[in-house]
Amino acid sequence: MHATFDVEDHGLQYVGASRIDGPLVVVERIRDVGYDEIVEILDYAGRPRLGRVLDISVTQAVVQVLEGTTGLSNQSLHARFLGESFRLPVSRQMLGRVFDGLGRPADGGPSALSAERRDVNGMPINPYARRYPREFIQTGVSAIDGMNALVRGQKLPVFSGNGLPHDRVSAQIVRQARLLEEEVEFSIVFAAMGVKHDVAEFFIRNFRDSGALARAVMFFSLADAPSVERLLTPRVALTLAEHLAFDCGQHVLVLLTDMTNYCESLREVGTARGEIPGRKGYPGYLYSDLASIYERAGRIEGSPGSITQIPILTMPSDDISHPVPDLTGYITEGQIVLDRDLFQRGVYPPIAGLPSLSRLMKDGVGKGYTREDHPILASQLFACYAYVKRVRGLADVIGEEELSTLDKQYLKFGEAFEMRFLNQGEYENRSIETTLELGWDVLSTLPKDELHRVSDALLKKYYHEKEEAPICATPLQGA
Amino acid sequence: MTIVTKTAEPVVTRISGPIVTAVGMYAAQMYEVVQVGSLGLVGEVVRLVGDYATIQVYEDTTMLKPGAPVRCTGAPLSVWLGPGLVGSIYDGIQRPLPGIEARSGAWIRRGEKVDPLDTEKRWTFEPLISSGEMVTAGQAIGLVVETPLVNHRIMTPPDISGTVRSIVDKGDYGLLDPLAVIETATGPREVTMLQRWPVRVPRPISERLRITEPLITGQRIIDTFFPIGKGGAAAIPGGFGTGKTITQHQLAKWSDAEIIVFIGCGERGNEMTDVLREFPELKDPRSGRPLMERTILIANTSNMPVAAREVSIYTGITLAEYYRDMGFSVAVFADSTSRWAEALRELAARLEEMPAEEGFPASLPTRLAQFYERGGAVTTLAGEQASVSIVGAVSPPGGDFSEPVTQHTRRFIRCFWALDTELANARHYPSIHWLHSYSEYVEDVASWWKKEAPDWIDLRTEALTLLQREDRLQQIVKLVGPDVLPDGQRLILFIAEIIKDGFLAQSAFDENDMYCTPERQVMLLRIILTLYRRGRDLIQGGVPLARIRSLGCVPHLLRAKTAFGNRELEKLTELEGRIMEETETLAKEYAKEATPICTPLLT
Repeated sequence: MHATFDVEDHGLQYVGASRIDGPLVVVERIRDVGYDEIVEILDYAGRPRLGRVLDISVTQAVVQVLEGTTGLSNQSLHARFLGESFRLPVSRQMLGRVFDGLGRPADGGPSALSAERRDVNGMPINPYARRYPREFIQTGVSAIDGMNALVRGQKLPVFSGNGLPHDRVSAQIVRQARLLEEEVEFSIVFAAMGVKHDVAEFFIRNFRDSGALARAVMFFSLADAPSVERLLTPRVALTLAEHLAFDCGQHVLVLLTDMTNYCESLREVGTARGEIPGRKGYPGYLYSDLASIYERAGRIEGSPGSITQIPILTMPSDDISHPVPDLTGYITEGQIVLDRDLFQRGVYPPIAGLPSLSRLMKDGVGKGYTREDHPILASQLFACYAYVKRVRGLADVIGEEELSTLDKQYLKFGEAFEMRFLNQGEYENRSIETTLELGWDVLSTLPKDELHRVSDALLKKYYHEKEEAPICATPLQGA
Repeated sequence: MTIVTKTAEPVVTRISGPIVTAVGMYAAQMYEVVQVGSLGLVGEVVRLVGDYATIQVYEDTTMLKPGAPVRCTGAPLSVWLGPGLVGSIYDGIQRPLPGIEARSGAWIRRGEKVDPLDTEKRWTFEPLISSGEMVTAGQAIGLVVETPLVNHRIMTPPDISGTVRSIVDKGDYGLLDPLAVIETATGPREVTMLQRWPVRVPRPISERLRITEPLITGQRIIDTFFPIGKGGAAAIPGGFGTGKTITQHQLAKWSDAEIIVFIGCGERGNEMTDVLREFPELKDPRSGRPLMERTILIANTSNMPVAAREVSIYTGITLAEYYRDMGFSVAVFADSTSRWAEALRELAARLEEMPAEEGFPASLPTRLAQFYERGGAVTTLAGEQASVSIVGAVSPPGGDFSEPVTQHTRRFIRCFWALDTELANARHYPSIHWLHSYSEYVEDVASWWKKEAPDWIDLRTEALTLLQREDRLQQIVKLVGPDVLPDGQRLILFIAEIIKDGFLAQSAFDENDMYCTPERQVMLLRIILTLYRRGRDLIQGGVPLARIRSLGCVPHLLRAKTAFGNRELEKLTELEGRIMEETETLAKEYAKEATPICTPLLT
């Protein structure tokens, strides 16, 4: 463990470590090393792997090895500190390419040629310089456009569970997303963290079939890659996205899947460092850490580009209060929740009606954006569907026959809402008008008087009058 | 431990995220501000051991190296107090965000130093005293019109009192120009427009007062059901998506406080942008002026450094205290205190403190208490009545109110607005749950309401009782359905629905509904309860509930909150008349029929 060093082109090279523990290596007697500096660790055969400095004092540096510590030994390890934090060369030419989790070519092509190298940690956007996102993105999916509209510059995660079709849903969103007035295509930055090869395969195939591959960049840190590498993958992807959006003026859709795997890697490193664990063993700074990823979405005043983020995460045992979905929900601007119950009943996309939410919808829809009735329609659908859930609970107990006429109508409405409004084909691209019409159609299965949230003027304009008269008003008159 | 007497130049010895250790710090003070490294990153000393100091750094420490120089400033972390604060937006350590943008563009670069206030700008100062007069600490020596809504009083600092030796004439002065010289017991002292005050020290007051006046927010469920007093403290806990931020924004927009301090602490960047975009356009319902003319924003979003998040709460409350000292009623909105507590936890963990509940430091309750206790109704040093009200949002993990931050917060607030996921899912906003929330200020503000509306307290009690009974009845309904209940009980269900939809649910985006005057609140509730009382009588007279439900006035009652504005109270009176009329007709109709002695309550 006697550290000797020889001078090379990159500066000092240290031989030997005092401790190797999980993904961490402790290098002693260092000189002139910075916090978060990138380190190249060479194993006995001289093969390099990357690491970064997590903690540093006058005498020692704790290095997190991104590509695993298998095969490293205290005696033979060489460490070379590269004199800067982790940087990614960024360029427009990276579109259409595939890279590994650290941004190195994985498609056999050459490295990205660029003089522009960016710190992957990025810098916080000044809230004063942000532009409030409000352009409606039509995804062609009624459950999203009608009820939880996505706007350009938003971060809207998909909360899913194992076995649910989140990949298909997000691929459909990417395929169909467009703005109402402009014919601008989104560039796609895709980061896969800890997902299986076939999932990666699915997305590549999907992008190829839809012709999106040429404007997509993919970063893969797959399930068999060292888990620590994943900590950098979303940052690498977002660094490129920022370049494309704010330097090249493109509109970028960023897909991050699966954030649960990312958080697990974070927990792994935290545990190895002997940190005090928080809820379910996740580190106490999980919120800040996730924020440093999710907050890299948005628009900037004076820049034409935008970053819209769709992180995907699987909720362990479908538990929405698990720290990962919970903290994500606190940072992102809403969530699209997939529901197992709907899925099992064959509804695609199985987007849960009530817990899904888009916080920015209020500013991106309505008059001047989509159509005047959009916000009210969505609000009324939510309210009625919430009542359906109550009626269903009641019907389970007393039986459907015992329900009042009105409640039975609500059940019908619920059925129509799920099977006609939510349910659609995987390749069905509905325009916003179609979605809204469908919404009114479904809502018109209920009597007018039940629609408290809709003003008379809107009712007159959009409510589909049915042949039968509303219940209870006239027939009871003579009672 | 050996006592070190000779200190070398202070240098960094260890870096772990935002926590940096430095040696050569024997002379440093606790909570002194230091500048770390060649970039001069701002930090604060949080622990001193021998010659070593632990420093909490407010900026990202990437590529900082051991051996980097540390410069002590000799002063604790302080804010600048003076004209120009109102309408500003600051980060957690009072750096103006527009100023940072001007220097480093859209991204916040490290080591940027911008003065919190513009020292070049000249303000018109109008003296209120003349030389030879005695002034006490905190007394106003002159006025500056800061915005059309804020008459900024230039006060003597809390440690200066004595005879005025000289004072300038009315005219334009900069922040640093001497305005007056006061002969104090310890010698002459100059007074300028600018004061500095350490953020962690509460500004002194003369005495604390009992809370007597409500903070009117224009939100029906708050003002009528769970009022907060001016000088009170309230918490809004709720899981994600329950509308904490929207509720906070609503309060910041419509509260009748004279100064609003909004602290965005570890929340979303776009939300602060939303406030920035919206507040200059919205008009104060009382003065008709833009809301920004009475608002100070502190934005330390979730991706900005965590140590600055910890201090942002103190920065905000210190600014609030300063305006309170001028005699204003100030309201502080902190969104969210949970993120602040998490910053405490993160820093405590880096300091290797022993954790208490869920990893939070054992000092969490003390810190929360210190924060909420800086609010209150007071007599200022100058002898005026003023107040600081505090509303803190709490974001409990998983929406579980039994977690430490919610639990400890409950001990130091007297008003609890519990947000409910189920209500939010049904898009019933504000999703404040009427059964889980409470306010201990009801008694305190009752006398104020008595002057406004003598029946306020009775209406409130009656409505809450109805909602409670409805909750119990719903348990039965869940089991057997509503049809088996007698009409008298089904009437309660019916009226409770009207209270919920027609009174408690309030749109933040509807022009008529977003702000509801106290007068209109009481009228609306009174009309709904009129229908209840009339309905009760009718049912006793044998009228079936279905007839009451289908009265022509019912849909109008449900839409009254949005249909009529605050100035159209006569429309509400008309509606009340209509209810009386229609129920009267119904009563007459059944009075003729109901000749049999006994009408069984069968439907």
